[in-house]
Amino acid sequence: MSEGTAFDHVIEVSGLRTQFGDNVIHDNLDLAVRRNEILGVVGGSGTGKSVLMRAIIGLKPPSAGTVKIFGEDFYAKSPQEQIETEQRWGVMFQGGALFSSLTVAQNVMAPIREHLKLPEELAADIAAMKISMSGLPPDAGAKYPSQLSGGMNKRAGLARALALDPEIVFLDEPTAGLDPIGAENFDRLIVNLKTSLGLTVFMVTHDLDTLHATCDRVAVLAEKRVIAIGTLDEVRRSEHPWIQAYFSGPRGRAALSAKDALQRPAAEKV
Amino acid sequence: MTPAAYTIDLKDGLMRLVATGDWVARHLGAIDGDLRSFEDDMVGRDILIDVSGVDRLDTAGAMVLERVLTSWSGRSEASGIVGASAQHRQLLENVRPHVAPCEVEPVAGNAFLMLVQRLGRGVVEGYYTAIEILNFIGLTLTTFARVVRSPKRLRVTSIVHHMEEAGIDAMPIIGLMSFLIGAVVAFMGAKILRLFNAEVFTVELVGISVLREFGVLLAAILVAGRSGSAFTASIGTMKIREEIDALRALGLDPIEVLVLPRTIALIIFMPILAFMAAVLGVIGGGVVAATAMEISPVFFVARLQETIALSNFWVGLIKAPFFAFVIAIIGCYQGMEVAGSSESLGQRTTLSVVQALFVVIILDAFFAMFFLEIDY
Repeated sequence: MSEGTAFDHVIEVSGLRTQFGDNVIHDNLDLAVRRNEILGVVGGSGTGKSVLMRAIIGLKPPSAGTVKIFGEDFYAKSPQEQIETEQRWGVMFQGGALFSSLTVAQNVMAPIREHLKLPEELAADIAAMKISMSGLPPDAGAKYPSQLSGGMNKRAGLARALALDPEIVFLDEPTAGLDPIGAENFDRLIVNLKTSLGLTVFMVTHDLDTLHATCDRVAVLAEKRVIAIGTLDEVRRSEHPWIQAYFSGPRGRAALSAKDALQRPAAEKV
Repeated sequence: MTPAAYTIDLKDGLMRLVATGDWVARHLGAIDGDLRSFEDDMVGRDILIDVSGVDRLDTAGAMVLERVLTSWSGRSEASGIVGASAQHRQLLENVRPHVAPCEVEPVAGNAFLMLVQRLGRGVVEGYYTAIEILNFIGLTLTTFARVVRSPKRLRVTSIVHHMEEAGIDAMPIIGLMSFLIGAVVAFMGAKILRLFNAEVFTVELVGISVLREFGVLLAAILVAGRSGSAFTASIGTMKIREEIDALRALGLDPIEVLVLPRTIALIIFMPILAFMAAVLGVIGGGVVAATAMEISPVFFVARLQETIALSNFWVGLIKAPFFAFVIAIIGCYQGMEVAGSSESLGQRTTLSVVQALFVVIILDAFFAMFFLEIDY
């Protein structure tokens, strides 16, 4: 049922309105995410990028509008059906959000244990594979999150997000707080996992380099809605002042020229 | 969905494992145990895995197939996975470099040794904590001495704020508690004193116990639970968010800015809370006496004045500022000791309440002995 054409929309948000008290964050927001693409969501601070993500994954029920995941309205489902849908996506929160009382391997095993009821040995093997896929060394498995650096915590968070072989992965600021080399490696990792596992990636980011290096399409949040969506080149042609300031400012241009220089080796790696 | 299954046959001296069905994580639990023993049996043999009958494959399934293949490293070229569709072959290739077990938990040592170690560490830590708290008391007192010399540096706004939060906001709960305790003491006392026809001594029982001990102790216990922990939590949060470091970097003394106002506020307000607790405790006893024992309020008050020395009241009140001091100091000290994670914040908050209560009760015992010796 869910295995449709390459362009079918795995996430479809329409008429979304979210608010905290009287403070409206999104109003009449529409957004569609295609299967097997990396969609980058950008926007100024406070435009509700993370709130949009939370509205899609069920953590912030919207006050109006619908969120369709795999073609079905998520908020209209029964709690049991919601849990089933939740097993088909993985979420990486900004700081990794690992359970601090569990080791990295136990963190990755947590969703496997809860949802799949597999023998301990097999769950441990699967966790080890995900940890390795996320680019962590094998000895990281037995460590507690407090013993790892910020970057490694993010990778571990990604490993946990991938635990159940999700179809969609949500990433909240995956490269924020990483050094440039760590961020570049993470970009490669995301593109790699997308192609090898056929993932759809919904990524909230501030990082222009990440945007250039990974995203198939970019959605720009401003004025409480998506003001532009399309490939990077399409979006950049928009005349909206924020978009112009964002992509044509000194940082935007620097990231663009860096992308041209890096494109070849990056493409080979993928 | 057909569950994952496999058959094994021997053809031309080559083991063949034919996999069928859906090799996805949720079905693998049923066959993983058998596959592991099969892996152990097949050491020293080449094996060919045929996956042409596999419908669906996910990373877990691919991992298991690769694991079977690589379980013995000495296999020759004849071994391999055949019959994979393009999509499955890609998945197998992507998973291949990542098939490697890793430790799930840190290696644990000998249980008995760890027990002894923990005991030893606990004792040593207790010793150092005691010294550090003494240090902290000294630091606070010297800071206080310095601030008093230039009273402008006393943060009055902050003191008043903490008096409101730790004092006034605690009044309803402390009042209610001591009222109830006074009533309970009167009830229980009356029940037993009635056996000796000495019901009237309930007045002394309530008066002495509430004025001397229960009032101030209840106030201290509730303040330790309410405000001592709040001090730890707020200072600890500031510590985690580097606000304490920011204060130091700005040339401000965290003891002066954070610890002193809280300590002073509590020292000022605790006697008020103890007084209120004592009064309400006596009223609680009086209400029970009037309703359940036919001791009229007028008689209750008269007898109270007649038989209870005022010293009982003063003993209770004198203890209050000392209790306030240790509660505030321990709360602030534990807040300053928070390091790094929010887990440590939780531990420190618990520690702060436990230690404050412990010290309050010890101190109370010392006071009891002291006043007994001087016959007050």
